[in-house]
Amino acid sequence: MARHRFARRASARRKLSPARLSPRDVLHVGSGGLRSRPLRVVLSALGIAIGIATMISVVGVSASSQEQLMRRLDRLGTDMLVASPGESMFAGEDVKLPKNAAGKVGRIDGVEEAGATGTVDTTVRRNDKLPEEESGGITVQAASQELLKVVRGKTASGRWLNGANGRYPAVVLGDVAAQRLGVGQAGAQVWLGDRYFTVVGILAPLPLAPELERSALVGWDAAERLLDFDGHPTSVYERSTDDSVSDVRGLLAPTIDPENPQDVKVTDPSAKLQAKAASEGAFNSLLLGLGGIALLVGGVGVANTMIISVLERRYEIGLRRSLGAACGQIRIQFVTESLLLSGLGGAVGVVLGAAATGVFAHVDGLPWVVPLWSVAGGFGATLVIGTLAGLYPAVRAARLSPTLALHAA
Amino acid sequence: MTRVVGLTGVTKEYAGGVTALRDVDLDIEQGELVGIVGPSGSGKSTLLHIVGTLDRPTSGSVEIAGFDVAALSDRELSALRARHVGFVFQAFHLVPGISAQDNVAEGLLYSGLPRAERRRRAAEALERVGLADRARHRPHELSGGQKQRVAIARAVVGDPELLLADEPTGALDSASGESVMELLHDLGAAGATIAVITHDTEVADRLPRRVRLRDGAVVEDVREDVRERVPGDARAGA
Ligand SMILES: Nc1ncnc2c1ncn2[C@@H]1O[C@H](COP(=O)(O)OP(=O)(O)OP(=O)(O)O)[C@@H](O)[C@H]1O
Ligand SMILES: [Mg+2]
Repeated sequence: MARHRFARRASARRKLSPARLSPRDVLHVGSGGLRSRPLRVVLSALGIAIGIATMISVVGVSASSQEQLMRRLDRLGTDMLVASPGESMFAGEDVKLPKNAAGKVGRIDGVEEAGATGTVDTTVRRNDKLPEEESGGITVQAASQELLKVVRGKTASGRWLNGANGRYPAVVLGDVAAQRLGVGQAGAQVWLGDRYFTVVGILAPLPLAPELERSALVGWDAAERLLDFDGHPTSVYERSTDDSVSDVRGLLAPTIDPENPQDVKVTDPSAKLQAKAASEGAFNSLLLGLGGIALLVGGVGVANTMIISVLERRYEIGLRRSLGAACGQIRIQFVTESLLLSGLGGAVGVVLGAAATGVFAHVDGLPWVVPLWSVAGGFGATLVIGTLAGLYPAVRAARLSPTLALHAA
Repeated sequence: MTRVVGLTGVTKEYAGGVTALRDVDLDIEQGELVGIVGPSGSGKSTLLHIVGTLDRPTSGSVEIAGFDVAALSDRELSALRARHVGFVFQAFHLVPGISAQDNVAEGLLYSGLPRAERRRRAAEALERVGLADRARHRPHELSGGQKQRVAIARAVVGDPELLLADEPTGALDSASGESVMELLHDLGAAGATIAVITHDTEVADRLPRRVRLRDGAVVEDVREDVRERVPGDARAGA
């Protein structure tokens, strides 16, 4: 061994400043305590994992159901409007839409299709032996041929009204109406008004026009001839190009009734669905709160683990101080340890939460959506918790007098 | 000769009225191997901690490696320990679960050297203490004497100007203690400045300089030529 190893007086004259630990070294010292106690790491990270998993899955499940509604809305389109008689009926005045309302609407710029229904004052029953009150909430309506196309409906069985069957005692049932009447397939007979009508078709569900789902639809001509229908539509459905929706909305009422446009009410059925999608997006705050509490308890668990870790490792702290660790470096070591601990819990929680959402979505046939903001937020929360939980123990560790730490008990 | 340690009028009082050190003057020159002896509670560890800048005196001045300790902040003191002082403890204080080489490399963690260089120097230091073949072993796979030699390697891996050992043989059987003391003699012969606390009078008698404490005061400070007292010790001048 060479004598010069110890002859370094010259260097001693330089200014003393502690060396920085590289990020890798910080990670190394910060993870040392965790590596030596894997079981404790798992147990104290568990609380945080459960909290984050709960929150991620709560957000994920509601985002998934919302996504499904949004996709359905996309399919159905938001370009349909419905015009119906306004409220002035209550003033004793009988407001009616003009007979040719659908035709007029069809000529508005941008309108692609227009169809109409008119309520017929009669009932439909399974057979004539049932009392008239047993209508099951089904309304009988006259429907124009264009209606199905406007509402983008399909028949689940049989077919839609057309020029031929629309003149005869033929009826198309909405899916709810068919169910209530106990009609499973086209071809059956139902008692409508004062005679049997043949069910020529049953409609598939119509999310944008639930009122049609509960209707028995009769051809316009047949309704006028056989059921004393006055020919005035009670709803005019129209679908326009996407960019003309707002223009059309303004033109509908004045076009239908130029003299009394205030008597025409215009509604947007997709608005209801949109509102529903928005409310599905509002997650279950009770569950979210529970997740938050689990997270908090997890944070307390981490803080507790850290305090014990500092107590147990007094010698290590003393040793590191004797090796030249400054207070700040001891502090960083324990904050890093705490961050790793809670970060681990957070990462596991994110994976568990995403998996739980996936299982739920799969079972319910929903699209699997885990919003990025919830992952980022959840993980960010664990880092904040890790810092807070580690700060006090770390400050205590750094304040520990090196000689006391080294004193063999 | 350059002075590595210079204590003037150092007094250390602990809360509760215990005076662990009373007006201690102590100079240690570069290359000296000093034994600190004295009965239990006489202030040996306290003295070592103050010399090692782990603690500050209540009064008096401490100069280590040319730095006035009183004028240094915690950060600067830490840097001083990282670069100029090495410690060896009775209880070894090795990090369990990591290899001997990694334990030695921890001694350079706060020096600012890159990791690969730290490991390289650690291997070298293990060679110096005669444990090159145990580099991969973890502490629980080593004997007490080997553990203490690993701890010494960790203390000297940064080539400190001052090596401080608090009863390094206290937890060892006599044979292992012997080998550890031999190692310290070797390091001393190579030019290291070493202060070692010991209870063992036999060990103390073989050291070239002895400082005796009683009730916190230096009551004896003798230098003798160890090479004459221990015939057949061929290590001298190696
Ligand atoms: N942190 C402390 N607080 C109060 N008193 C202390 C503290 N540390 C040491 N002392 C006291 O200071 C005196 C000197 O202690 P020190 O540890 O230096 O003795 P020592 O010579 O190393 O003893 P031993 O040989 O048993 O290790 C003792 O009386 C002890 O009780
Ligand atoms: Mg002692």
